[in-house]
Amino acid sequence: MQSQAEAKHDDAEIKHAQHSEFVSFTVAGQAFCLKITQIREIRRWSPVTILPHAPADVLGVMNLRGAVIPIYDLSARFGLQQTEASERNVVIVVSVHGKPVGLLAESVSEIISINPDDIQDTPPVDSRNTMDYIQGIISHDDTMVRIINLDAVISVPEQVLS
Amino acid sequence: MAGSIQDTFFEECEELLEAMDEGLTAIEGGDHDPEVVNAVFRAVHSIKGGAGAFGLDELVAFAHKFETVFDEVRANRLELDTKLIQLLLRSSDHLSDLVAVARDGGSTDEAHHDVLISALEEYIEEEEEELVFQPMGLGGAFDAAPIEMEKERIYKIRFHPLKDMYGTGNEPYFLFQTLADLGTLEVQLDDSELPGFDALDTDESYLTWKLTLTSTESKSAVESVFEFVEGLCELSIESDSDAEDEANALAALDAAFGVMPEEGADQVAAPFEAPVPASEPVAEAADPAPAPAAAKTAAPKAETAKTGPNPTLRVDLERVDRLINAVGELIINHSMLAQQIANLDVADLRDVETELEGFKNLARDIQEGVMSIRAQPVKPLFQRMARIVREASAATGKTCKLVTEGENTEVDKTVIERLSDPLTHILRNAVDHGVEKPEDREAAGKARSGEIRLTASHRSGSVCIEIKDDGAGVNRPRVKQIAIDKGLIPENADLTDSEIDNLLFLPGFSTAKEISNLSGRGVGMDVVKNAVTALGGRINISSTPGKGSTFTIILPLTLAVMDGMVVSVADQTMVVPITSIVETMRGSDDMVNNLGADGTLLSIRGNFVPVCDVGAALGLDKPDHDQPPGVYLLVETETGQRSALAVDDIHDQRQVVIKSLDGVCGNIPGVAAATILGDGKIAMILDPESILAASPSAAAFDTERRLNNAIAS
Repeated sequence: MQSQAEAKHDDAEIKHAQHSEFVSFTVAGQAFCLKITQIREIRRWSPVTILPHAPADVLGVMNLRGAVIPIYDLSARFGLQQTEASERNVVIVVSVHGKPVGLLAESVSEIISINPDDIQDTPPVDSRNTMDYIQGIISHDDTMVRIINLDAVISVPEQVLS
Repeated sequence: MAGSIQDTFFEECEELLEAMDEGLTAIEGGDHDPEVVNAVFRAVHSIKGGAGAFGLDELVAFAHKFETVFDEVRANRLELDTKLIQLLLRSSDHLSDLVAVARDGGSTDEAHHDVLISALEEYIEEEEEELVFQPMGLGGAFDAAPIEMEKERIYKIRFHPLKDMYGTGNEPYFLFQTLADLGTLEVQLDDSELPGFDALDTDESYLTWKLTLTSTESKSAVESVFEFVEGLCELSIESDSDAEDEANALAALDAAFGVMPEEGADQVAAPFEAPVPASEPVAEAADPAPAPAAAKTAAPKAETAKTGPNPTLRVDLERVDRLINAVGELIINHSMLAQQIANLDVADLRDVETELEGFKNLARDIQEGVMSIRAQPVKPLFQRMARIVREASAATGKTCKLVTEGENTEVDKTVIERLSDPLTHILRNAVDHGVEKPEDREAAGKARSGEIRLTASHRSGSVCIEIKDDGAGVNRPRVKQIAIDKGLIPENADLTDSEIDNLLFLPGFSTAKEISNLSGRGVGMDVVKNAVTALGGRINISSTPGKGSTFTIILPLTLAVMDGMVVSVADQTMVVPITSIVETMRGSDDMVNNLGADGTLLSIRGNFVPVCDVGAALGLDKPDHDQPPGVYLLVETETGQRSALAVDDIHDQRQVVIKSLDGVCGNIPGVAAATILGDGKIAMILDPESILAASPSAAAFDTERRLNNAIAS
């Protein structure tokens, strides 16, 4: 049984050798995605503890199995309207600079397999802020999915409150 | 690899230096037991041995001189008088400096080094035989002080490596090469045991060498060449003048305590860490060089072993911290579970609750156990302080003696580390300002030599450290005058004695008449106070004119857990450290008085203290003057100033596990750290000091009232 499954897995691997898997999700109605290897886990939103004097895009801190991790509102971070977080929303836990960080998104859509050749450069638009955060775009099921440049979105943690 | 061995060496040096200090302190205290002298000798010797292996020439050379003098003492050729003891103490200080320099770089005071060297040399008798420690493979890495030429000896060495030796990568060729450095070497191979080619087991060892060495070196030097293959070979060394000198055999014994990297450098520290098992290898190691002295010396060693410390285990601190974190989680997890179960709609929960109670007790046991791993006795810290007092006395020309008590009191490791600076400062101050000059002391009818008493004890969940000198006490009129001169208090301030004493802790206060080498560098006792407060502790001074002063430092037992008051502020749950809270009270309208546009004062039994709204200070909501918050926490700041923190409500008082916010977000004004509450939510641990600093109204008020209110306590 196991060997069969493995063989099947191997097949898929060969077929998608050059493909990378991305998790797509929506933020303020727009489709974004992150490489699946960047994501540590996805959790349902639960109220966070507010950090005093924090900027609008830092929602606060959350208890992730004993670790205190900061939660960012991706929407506010991208210069879109602030998310009214509710139980329907999700927190995507990613690892940036070796530290876990939570990103609030509206909802997670699906896992998509992307051929690196299909990734298009971000066409120049006026919003500089957004430009920095977006690594590239791809077309998936006739919708535009934006690939997030995680390192640009979350710089060094210490700068959160600078 | 070399780096990690070197690290281990320095770690062991710390322990050896401690052992050395301990021994010297005992000697200073009048204990001239040969075992104590031996212990110090061994410590110095092991440092020298390790240093030699790493080519730390300066350290080796100095340790050698030091050791030689001790050897003389050991052989009863030198008497331990006060002058010698002082020299030995200063030499031990210098030795730790050299170790520090070797580890961290930098340089030592060369003049001081030379003075000590020549002072030590005075004690070394001319006909004394130099015992040179020659590490194998690094032969010639150091050239210890002039080696006296002696008549040549012929050593007949039979060397048969066991197969294990080849497995450790040791190469007979290099051993012979090192031997050849000692003198003229003839090598003869005995391959008689070598079987035919068919029967040859490539892993077996068949070869034996017969070596004839003509050298002026002592037998111990020859033996030390084989030190690294100790136990991995059959070795016999015969010299034509074998029974000549007992000292050689003694040295061989000591060589057994030297560095043996193959078996883990831990061996160096073995005599101090696990003396009971270590005493056996001692006897064994002496076997290859059968000498009557070996057994004689081994016996008393075994004796000390019985009274020595328990065997210990060296563990990476990070592992312990991980464990502490995990236990913290366990406790949080327990309270979450308890809350969940309480919310269940089940009729009979008694059984579950009983089990849950057991779980709680177990978790607490584990927590206490883990915390105790981090706890360490203050002894090493106190021993270092003895040196501070010694140096301070020498620099000021006063004579002071440090008496320590409660050295086995255990405190969290971090606390111990961070206590070093404040203690150093207080002790220097005590010598510099507290204890009088010998003449003055005699005039006052006291002993010429001052006494500073350093005591540690546990006191109801905290650690109490007391530094008490028998000096002149705080010169209150002078202290007050200086505070007035520096504008710290108004001229007409009417202060109680204790208030004047506490002026010493004000920032920018320094009483030194002339800037001495020690204190009076513009760094005052406020730095000490800050350091203690940063550890969650308090410091107090009390003084009796003519009798001396006492500094009392009260510290929490651990830094990982603290007692906090759980409050709510603007719908958020927060924790305020209990240590900073003086009093809590429920507010009523008639207690609150407005001052100016934003200022609010709280009237407490006729005293007015400024109110700081915590929610507003943290930027969580707008201060609402029409509806004063319900509860006030009266806190005292470092400067002794009192303020009332306004919060919405107080829920609970409990132990919380401190979670650092470092790396999660930057420094947030007003927040010290975070913790996880029973419901799994994170709560901020507030820092009242910085809340007050951040609060505009309180800050303004603070400046206004500072002069009048400098020490409202």
